Amino acid sequence: MAQPLLQVSNLNAWYGESHVLHGVDMTVHEGETITILGRNGVGKTTTLRTIMGIIRERRGEILFSGQDMSRVPLHRTAHAGLGFVPEERGIFSTLTVEENLMLPPVVAQGGMPLSEIYELFPNLHERRSSPGTKLSGGEQQMLAIARILRTGVKLLILDEPTEGLAPVIVQRIGEVLKTLKDRGMTVLMVEQNFRFASRVADRFYLMDHGKMVANFPVGELPERMDMLHKVLGV
Amino acid sequence: MTMIFGIPLQAFLGQLLIGLINGSFYALLSLGLAVIFGLLRVINFAHGAQYMLGAFVAMLMLQYFGINYWFALVLAPLVVGLFGAITERFLLSRLYKLDHLYGLLFTFGLALTIEGTFRYLYGSSGQPYSVPTQLAGGTNLGFMFLPIYRGWVVVVSLVACIGTWLLIEKTKLGAYLRAATENPILVQAFGVNVPVLLTLTYGLGAGLAAFAGVLAAPIYQVSPLMGSNIIIVVFAVVVVGGMGSIMGAILTGYMLGIAEGLTKVFYPEASSIVIFVIMAIVLLLRPAGLFGRDV
Repeated sequence: MAQPLLQVSNLNAWYGESHVLHGVDMTVHEGETITILGRNGVGKTTTLRTIMGIIRERRGEILFSGQDMSRVPLHRTAHAGLGFVPEERGIFSTLTVEENLMLPPVVAQGGMPLSEIYELFPNLHERRSSPGTKLSGGEQQMLAIARILRTGVKLLILDEPTEGLAPVIVQRIGEVLKTLKDRGMTVLMVEQNFRFASRVADRFYLMDHGKMVANFPVGELPERMDMLHKVLGV
Repeated sequence: MTMIFGIPLQAFLGQLLIGLINGSFYALLSLGLAVIFGLLRVINFAHGAQYMLGAFVAMLMLQYFGINYWFALVLAPLVVGLFGAITERFLLSRLYKLDHLYGLLFTFGLALTIEGTFRYLYGSSGQPYSVPTQLAGGTNLGFMFLPIYRGWVVVVSLVACIGTWLLIEKTKLGAYLRAATENPILVQAFGVNVPVLLTLTYGLGAGLAAFAGVLAAPIYQVSPLMGSNIIIVVFAVVVVGGMGSIMGAILTGYMLGIAEGLTKVFYPEASSIVIFVIMAIVLLLRPAGLFGRDV
C-alpha cells in the first residue's frame, strides 16, 4: 500500500499536568474519509488539536506526507497541508462572510476558486456582505468548511461538523462531504452523529481512554455494532 | 463684537481650535493604544514615553545630523516603531502567558525607565523645536487668526487616523489583525504568523505615538515629561471610546479634545477635570465605552 498521507504513532498529549492522550496510533491515506468515534471526553478533539499543533505539550510521531510535524510551529502546519475546522467553527464576528472566506492564506495550488465555493454554497454568496456571526449555525458551519477548501490543503480536519445542527443542514453537510470525497479530498473528522458518519466515512477509529481501541472499514460496521454500543454507550 | 452664548466669537473659535489640536493628539495616541490593546491585550503604559521618544528623536536628529522636520516626521516613527518592535519581540512577548497585569506593569516600568533616562540626560525643562519654515506664520480667517502649523497638525493627524482605520478595516493585513484579536490560535492554525503580527502591531502603535510626538514637538516643548503629562488623559479617552475600538478611539479623541477646549471657554475651572468627569459618567452608564462592545 502507498505511504499514508498522515501517520500518527504513539501520540501522547497533556493539558498542563493532565495526561489526555495515551499513545494514539492512526493512519489516514490519501482520498480517505476517516471518522473518529468515541464518547465525550475520551480525547477525540484533543487528538485533532494535537495533530494540528494547537496543543504543544505532545510526544510521539506525527508524519504528514512524510514530514515530521512534531517540531513544525503552528503557523506552518497549514502550509504543510493541514486545514482545520474547529468544533466552535471559529467564525470571526468583526469580519464579513467574504472576509471570513478569504482570511486563511492559500497554502498550495489546487484550492477551490471563490466562484466554485459560491456554487457549492449559494447561501454564502447571498450573504457575503453580512457579518460572519449573523449567519445561522448551519451557514456558519458551511462557511467554516468553505474557507478551508479555498486554501489548497491536502487534509481537511473537521471537529464535530454536525453538532447542534438541524437534520436538513446535516444532510446538506453530508452532501458537501461526498462532493469533496468525489474530488479526492482527504478528510479526518470527529463525529458524534453515528448515522451521519456511517454515510460519509470509509473507515472508523474508535477511541476510548485517550487511545484508539479499534479501527475498521465501513463495510464491517454491522458486525461491529455490539462493540460500538458497548464503547459508545448508545 | 460677535458673541456666541455670551462669549466673544474669537475666544470661542480659538478654544475650539485648541480643543481640536489637543483632540488630534488624543486621537492619534488613543488610536495606537487601542490597536495595541485590541490585539495584544496589553495596556501600554509606555505609550506616553514612546510619544516623548518621537519628539526627542526628531530633536536629536536635527541637533546631531541636521535632519529636518519633514524627514524626522517619517524617520522618528520608524526608529521608535523599531524600538517598540524589538521590545515586544524580546521582552513583552515573554509575558503573554501570564495575567494581563504583568504586561501593564512591564510597560509601566519601561515608561519610568525611559522617562528617567531622558530626565537624567536632558533635565526636566523643555527644549524648543522650531516650526518648519514652510508652516511658519498664520493666516487670518476673518473671524480668527489660524497658525498654519496648528492647522497642519489637525489635518495630518486626521489623515493618519483615517489611514490607520483603513489599514485595519479594509486590507487583508487588517483582516488578520481583527481576526487575531478574536481568536489568535485559529488564525495561526490557518497559517498566519501571529507572533510576527503582534510584533508589527506593537511597532505600529509605538510608531503612531512617535508620529504624534514629532507633530507635538514644535507646539509643546520637547521634554522628558511630555508623555506622562498627556498619557493619563489619553487613557481616559480610550476608556470613554471603548477599549480596543479603533473608530471609538479616533472619534472620542476629537470629541473630548473639543469638550475640553469648550469647557475652557464656559467654565475654565473645570477644564482640567472635564474629561475625567465624562469618563466616570460613561463608565457608570456604559462600562464598555461609547463605541466598545459589551463582553
